[in-house]
Amino acid sequence: MDLMEKLTILADAAKYDAACTSSGVDRTSRPGGLGATMACGCCHSFAADGRCITLLKVLQSNACCYDCSYCVNRRSNDTARATFTPRELADLTMQFYRRNYIEGLFLSSGVVQSPDHTCELMLETLRILRVEYRFYGYIHAKAIPGASPELLQALALFADRMSVNIELPSRQSLALLAPDKSRQDILAPMGFLRDGIAQGKQEIIRYRHAPRFAPAGQSTQMIVGATPESDLQILRLSSALYEKYSLKRVFFSAYLPVAEGRHLPALDAKPPLLREHRLYQADWLMRFYQFDASELLDEDHPNLNPYLDPKCDWALRHTAQFPVEVNKADYEILLRVPGIGVKSAQRIVKARRAGALDFDGLKKLGVVLKRAKYFTLCKGRAFPGIAMTHGAILRALLSDAALDVMEKADQLSLFDPTMEDVRACLTGQM
Amino acid sequence: MSDRTDVVYQYDGSFEGMLCCVFRAFYQREDPLFIFSDGGNQATFLKTVFVPTEAEKAARVLRSIPAKLGTDALSCVELAFLSCMEEKEAAILAFLRLGYQNGSAVMRMLAEPCVHKVIAAARNVSGEAHLFKGFVRFSEYGGALAAEIAPKNHVLPLLGRHFQIRMPEQSFLIFDQTRKLALVCSGGQSMILPMEQAQLPAPSERELFYRRLWTRFYDAVGIEGRANPKCRMTHMPMRFWANMTEFQPENRPATLPETGRRSTSAPTVEHPAESAVRRL
Repeated sequence: MDLMEKLTILADAAKYDAACTSSGVDRTSRPGGLGATMACGCCHSFAADGRCITLLKVLQSNACCYDCSYCVNRRSNDTARATFTPRELADLTMQFYRRNYIEGLFLSSGVVQSPDHTCELMLETLRILRVEYRFYGYIHAKAIPGASPELLQALALFADRMSVNIELPSRQSLALLAPDKSRQDILAPMGFLRDGIAQGKQEIIRYRHAPRFAPAGQSTQMIVGATPESDLQILRLSSALYEKYSLKRVFFSAYLPVAEGRHLPALDAKPPLLREHRLYQADWLMRFYQFDASELLDEDHPNLNPYLDPKCDWALRHTAQFPVEVNKADYEILLRVPGIGVKSAQRIVKARRAGALDFDGLKKLGVVLKRAKYFTLCKGRAFPGIAMTHGAILRALLSDAALDVMEKADQLSLFDPTMEDVRACLTGQM
Repeated sequence: MSDRTDVVYQYDGSFEGMLCCVFRAFYQREDPLFIFSDGGNQATFLKTVFVPTEAEKAARVLRSIPAKLGTDALSCVELAFLSCMEEKEAAILAFLRLGYQNGSAVMRMLAEPCVHKVIAAARNVSGEAHLFKGFVRFSEYGGALAAEIAPKNHVLPLLGRHFQIRMPEQSFLIFDQTRKLALVCSGGQSMILPMEQAQLPAPSERELFYRRLWTRFYDAVGIEGRANPKCRMTHMPMRFWANMTEFQPENRPATLPETGRRSTSAPTVEHPAESAVRRL
């Protein structure tokens, strides 16, 4: 099998992994070496699906001996199999990197023979890159559930970021769809990495040349829409993961049917992209806007509103807290205003020290007035000519198309949706 | 302001030259209506003064900026000077005037038009440079690398620094098609030279092979069921595509060999709520 064919198969098999970031670590090249990393990350291209391509995202092998029913690489699937030799993959990475096609390597793998054997193959690839070729670019490696801690440790010393996929949002779903993996298999390496990263951070303070253990931290991903968990359950799980395992990111991957299965959505089901988008918005609110999962959703409203972004939705449920005076409000309050992001909130705090701001000034700072004007006052005055009633704001925040849908349907049922309504809407089965 | 405004400055287009314009504006108590560089010949009925570039005056202004406005302001001015914004020199002059009066507080006066303009220009330059750090595509010609770009702003100096850190022992050339300039880096040295055309030799078989491999990877890694051309164009506007390997049809053979996998594209019909919300 030639390289072109292998690359096609192994890139195709890796594409369902959502994580493609190259952020979290700053490093310059060293004499005799090649490559550097930027803490902000760097996108090198965007695929036709609009997702960023920053790393050469491939599997070491797709000859997997597991049979997880949601996965394209499951043993029982009739698909072409290929395996990169470590040398082949290291050479390919170097050649792509030199031409500035990529920021580094994202290496995952199906389980070949055993988790340990798979890990050894991946380890050899990374060793060639880091030691022989003196490659200082970014490397993201997947921990293979069930591999021994020594191998995991060695991988983490070569890689910048490590990740273990939590796969599905609950233990029951995992048992149903991935019978070869247990919750423990997934959480054990995650805990191991967390401890290693924390210890590495301590050691680097004491010894300048201490080896760096996954300096860009660890991330995980879960599949959304294959199983019946609510958004509330998913957000609770992700905030617990951030807290307990100090993760850098939790990625959500809208389930795209790749297999027929008793417990799976039908093959022609549409991926719940809107739901995935709303979950990412909520994730951002929790990580950068000081929101808590319990503020966004509760048992009575377990799913995110498909028509409004979570921040607007929250603001409309808490109209008593608005409008806020931009020249006086605390940074934390500003962050909660729809149309004001982290950057514009920081700029407001900075700019108002030099003089009181008006709406024209807010626009210059990058505030989205289209939304923010309904929730703010400048120098005690509201934006001229707008009504700050719930209905008026709702009408203004929804697009014409959404309003159209709303008018055709029963307004009440859409804006006070039952759980079934929302789930049907989100999975596109309405 | 009692400064006379009925003059127009012309300078040589260099950063030092612009600093000399600032020097003259303060010393002659002038507030020029336009400041333009040699390239843009503008006929005007106003008195045009050619401001010569003098190293000593430029150095004095350059020293004063970090001392009076802070280092942030200096890097902001340096970046804004690389921008393609019209009348950037006048905006920089107004920014510095305000800065000499207010000190480092000028960096907080974000709602002032001239501060907003200069900071926006600087942000635009570093933003475009950041995109090019990813979108530049090198080709290998006998050990050396070469790339062509068509940027709006003068991003070559920023790209030079970036790739030198990344590939310290690699010789490379980046040709700016818009400005007809070439950045050449070799052995730790770098310079920017005027050049009519990049004039690159024909690529080798090996080079063509890697281009095709990359194009194949690009095609394989996208998920058909999630196709979203608008999102791609938002992140990577089409003006970048002309010089990117994965968008050259010759790197994509007409018939793709069968990979043995079933196509799993989902139907493209979308729920009305989904299209409605996307347009919000």
